[in-house]
Amino acid sequence: MIAGDIEFSSQLTTYIDEWSKKDGGLVMMLHRIQNEFGYVPRAAAEKLSRISGIPLAKIYGVITFYHFFKTKKPGKHRIAVCMGTACYLKGGQDLLEETRSILSVEPDEVTDDGLFSVDEVRCLGCCGLAPVMMIDDEVYGKLSKEQLPSIIAKYRAL
Amino acid sequence: MAYKNFILVCGGTGCESSRSDEIYKNLIKEAEALGVSRDVQVVKTGCFGFCEKGPIVKVLPSESFYVEVKPEDAREIIAEQVIKGREVTRLLYRKDKKAETTKLQDIEFYQKQFRIVLRNCGVINPESIDEYIARTGYHALEKALFEMTPEEIIAEMKASGLRGRGGAGFPTGMKWEAARKSPGEVKYIVCNADEGDPGAYMDRSTIEGDPHSILEAMVIAGRAVGANFGYIYIRAEYPLAIERLKIAIAQAKDYGLLGENILNSGFNFDIEIRLGAGAFVCGEETALLQSIEGKRGMPRPKPPFPAVKGLWGKPTVINNVETLANVPIVLTRGAQWFSSIGTEKSKGTKVFALTGKINNSGLIEVPMGTTLREIIFDIGGGIRNNKKFKGVQTGGPSGGIIVEKDLDTPISYESLTALGSMMGSGGMIVMDEDDCVVDVSKFYMAFCVDESCGKCAPCRIGTKQMHGLLDKITKGQGEEEDLVKLEQIGKAMTKASLCMLGGSAANPTLSTIRHFRDEYLEHIRDRKCRAGKCKDLVVYEIDPTKCIGCGLCARKCPVPCITGEKKKPHVIDGSKCIKCGECFAVCKFGAVIKR
Repeated sequence: MIAGDIEFSSQLTTYIDEWSKKDGGLVMMLHRIQNEFGYVPRAAAEKLSRISGIPLAKIYGVITFYHFFKTKKPGKHRIAVCMGTACYLKGGQDLLEETRSILSVEPDEVTDDGLFSVDEVRCLGCCGLAPVMMIDDEVYGKLSKEQLPSIIAKYRAL
Repeated sequence: MAYKNFILVCGGTGCESSRSDEIYKNLIKEAEALGVSRDVQVVKTGCFGFCEKGPIVKVLPSESFYVEVKPEDAREIIAEQVIKGREVTRLLYRKDKKAETTKLQDIEFYQKQFRIVLRNCGVINPESIDEYIARTGYHALEKALFEMTPEEIIAEMKASGLRGRGGAGFPTGMKWEAARKSPGEVKYIVCNADEGDPGAYMDRSTIEGDPHSILEAMVIAGRAVGANFGYIYIRAEYPLAIERLKIAIAQAKDYGLLGENILNSGFNFDIEIRLGAGAFVCGEETALLQSIEGKRGMPRPKPPFPAVKGLWGKPTVINNVETLANVPIVLTRGAQWFSSIGTEKSKGTKVFALTGKINNSGLIEVPMGTTLREIIFDIGGGIRNNKKFKGVQTGGPSGGIIVEKDLDTPISYESLTALGSMMGSGGMIVMDEDDCVVDVSKFYMAFCVDESCGKCAPCRIGTKQMHGLLDKITKGQGEEEDLVKLEQIGKAMTKASLCMLGGSAANPTLSTIRHFRDEYLEHIRDRKCRAGKCKDLVVYEIDPTKCIGCGLCARKCPVPCITGEKKKPHVIDGSKCIKCGECFAVCKFGAVIKR
């Protein structure tokens, strides 16, 4: 893709104008870009580099350092299986494997229909409900493997 | 207008994810529908702590404590309690299904707790500055601006004995003093809300439940140190906490408690939120500063300490959320009162996220000096499903496991370090006999491999090598000399790593080898995992004397590798078995054996 091929919303442009003047605003600008696109497309990083004057190599260095930033487009519905310690002890690993097996999707990949991607995440901060999984913004707690097919089916139908 | 009842609905993340927001909206809707909205005020508060039983709804003044409430229950609560003045007994807390209902003050979970940091969580509406002020909020700031000199504030902090709650336990007053004495016009206050320990959510709940206490403390710190700007560095994964901070900052500015010329004192202080991006190492203070500067969050050697040379080379105080939440109360109640709580060297209270194989998961706050046994068996209600206690991990991936014989140790920074663990930020994960220590050590080491920033060799290479050895052991390919290697690498990493991530990454492994050497040896010599967690070491078999040949296991087996004639004992083909455990789970006759 040629740089500049990507369109930024006016809010995003204003945000970048404001934050590129501040010290150390790179992480915040990347958050805003990921918010808009669901990941940080290469074209967006190139455009950011041109607007802010930050070298592309430095931007890439920051993106890849932090787990939160994605360089690949995620599925329409993002499934995040919690692998915090409390969830791990209560079967988080099994949930993760089962979810990937139901959707037959590998780590860092998206299902063929583009609907789902499955990430393992650190801790969603609801350890009292372990094991936990989050689909988009909805949290499912005290889960068992048996509940997974019906939960996933709900999102397929959306 | 006086309300007859107040209904407090928990708005913490745990309860929100169990639809507490819907309960809140339904309560308001039902109160309107039944024409009693003038008699009742519905408030969404911060975390009550008792996450196990969430969503939680509390009604005042009767102190009715409702647990596991559903949105559909709203109508009954309004109709019964607000209109008829009767409690909805079916929703009241009971210890178990058959037990009598228990009054709030008698609930074991809350006895032995002492709330300073969480004083407002579950009490006030975190989105209302007025409610915070009504609970003596911003009183400490007034005192700090008009009644005390910066030196007096620092002296008070030092006298209180408050120490950093992020892990290392450095005295807060001394940190402030060092920054005050560092020359320079521009100084910064940073609040570390990058809670990365998997299995801990103290800071999240504190901010969600009482955001103003953090803002107030930062302004006080600014006044004491001579700083006019502060940053809150918070995980991007905490949207609710970020939202509440934004609301609180706007309200405080509106009231003249933040910004230019605070309360006409001539003192200026402003706060900006900066988002983390999922890097555990950014909890380390020098790495955190790099991240605020918009760079890769890699630590640098200390000294110089941030109090001398921090953000953009300027003197910077970095305090964790829980530490800051203590500050206003130290000033309002006085150092003497604060230092009367706790042990000789560890003052005040500590908040823990109590999770794992425990009956009452949740957020608790206890005075320093409380024993682990009290926390796990009294507050936590003991181990789930009457299993046997195995150990408790404090300090997350940087801490160690504490076993049965040490449970009566009073908690303090020193005592936990002496046990080979650490206070850490407050994660407390309870394990039972079904958990395998080798597997858990491998889990923590995998975490450290992933989170190591790669700057220094001991951590980058050491974590990877240790993980490889642990993996080998869990796969049944371990040798006895691997234990020696693990200990050697672990010791080298502890000594030579640049920051505490590498410096403590070996703790879980070293402490489990110390306490459970026999289990490691069992994995190595007998190729056996007694907890049945290490899949490669587990073998499933069918006991022919118990199998009635119903065929259920064979139908459930995804491979399939179970064969047999109807009404005759079945057999598992071990060479094909993927050890998923389906047959074990599904057999009603206990004929499938795991060993």
